[in-house]
Amino acid sequence: MSMQRLHPRSASQAREILIGVVIAALILAALSATPLLPWHLLDPIRAYFYERPLLNNLAKAVLLVSFMAVQCLFLIWMERKFAGWLQARLGPMHVGWKGVLQTFADAIKLLLKEDIIPALADKPMFRLAPYLVFVPAMLTLMVLPFSPNLVGFDYHLGALFALSISTTGALGILAAGWGANNKYSVLGGMRAVAQLLSYEIPMILIVLCVVTLKNTMSLTQIVERQAGLWNIVAHPLLMIPGALIFFSCALAEVYRAPFDLPEAESELVSGFHTEYSGMRFAIFYIAEFANNVFTAGFAAILFFGGWHGPVLPPIAWFTLKTLLLIFLMMWVRWTLPRLRIDQMMSFCWKLLVPASLILFCLTALSVVW
Amino acid sequence: MPADQSSDFSYLAVVVFTFVGIAFIAFNLLLARLLSPSAPTPEKLTTYECGVQPIGDAWRQFNPRYYLFALLFVVFDVEAVFLYPWAVAFRQVGAFAVAEMLIFVGLLIAGLIFAWRREALQWE
Repeated sequence: MSMQRLHPRSASQAREILIGVVIAALILAALSATPLLPWHLLDPIRAYFYERPLLNNLAKAVLLVSFMAVQCLFLIWMERKFAGWLQARLGPMHVGWKGVLQTFADAIKLLLKEDIIPALADKPMFRLAPYLVFVPAMLTLMVLPFSPNLVGFDYHLGALFALSISTTGALGILAAGWGANNKYSVLGGMRAVAQLLSYEIPMILIVLCVVTLKNTMSLTQIVERQAGLWNIVAHPLLMIPGALIFFSCALAEVYRAPFDLPEAESELVSGFHTEYSGMRFAIFYIAEFANNVFTAGFAAILFFGGWHGPVLPPIAWFTLKTLLLIFLMMWVRWTLPRLRIDQMMSFCWKLLVPASLILFCLTALSVVW
Repeated sequence: MPADQSSDFSYLAVVVFTFVGIAFIAFNLLLARLLSPSAPTPEKLTTYECGVQPIGDAWRQFNPRYYLFALLFVVFDVEAVFLYPWAVAFRQVGAFAVAEMLIFVGLLIAGLIFAWRREALQWE
């Protein structure tokens, strides 16, 4: 079969690409127009909320939860379309324009599915696990600044807080695996924890490099101190290897191929969530994609200047950078085969950990001299 | 909205966000329970093992390698807790602080080499 048959380039495809470009341009134009809107009309409401911290935080939390639910629907559609495109097929096509409503239909289907708890499972732990996975995912997104004003909790120790909370997600995954009392689940849970803990070390050290350079642990401050010059441009010799190590760790932290051993379909059925069905399964999915957004956004903040960029408003730049990084993660996922567990562990402990330790020493020395 | 300063600072946000996260899941699971059918049969509730009858349960011995890596993780994680405050404070102390940090990281690297030589990083 010739390449021409595998990748047909027809007039209709050119029209589709054109439609996509026009839609993207319209969304960007709409986002660019947001600063021109009469925001000052909202000032009394803002003042009302700001005087009441409890109400203020409650509103932010509800906003964040809705964002988590919606981003999951969009990202799953994007991933399925992208995977289809890479594998020369169409992906979801039937529900809505180009299958854009497919994930809404899936969400409704999951809501209506029977919730099965295996008879041999440890029921309290089985029920507890979705909470232990979802809440850390939410708390990490909470400290992520989407724009100068749009941040759930502007914490002055944000970087440390995000890293420590994201590690606790491992607890939920181990609870899911162990509670299900299924051999695949237990193996998946064990692998997930070993992988998350191992890749946390180089990640912590790379974030430490950025903290050392920028002299602050607050994520908003880290972005503000990159005004005009992104970290990756300002310190290329330190930050380009740093960004590469961080990206490898980010792939492992969100269990994406080539590091998808905890849910390796061909070995472990579905890993730690094999026994989950219906809404509980959906919650694992939301948490997984929220972690995806978090690691991509975290990388954008640490290396690519967060919300800084010309012409477009801050929120548009942050969204663009995050989406681009998520896209890169999907690209890697659908391109590379899965590693074996021994290869994965030795890649981390024999390459990434020593490299990041040396990079950290070099960063400290470069600050002193 | 002005940023939270370390002076008038509270962890109220963490509590509220945790609570809303729990409430979101509880609400969704309740909704699913109201909307979804429930017709359990003994076959449906068996542990899934690709159609094979499961032998014994899954709570058994596991590979001790996991334990070694967990120990290594604790060492390096505690090190991170020491280094983060150092990273935002060493400018006041200067070169002496950097020398101390290099000795500290050197000890860690020596530990990593020790673990490597004793084949603790080997997975078989």
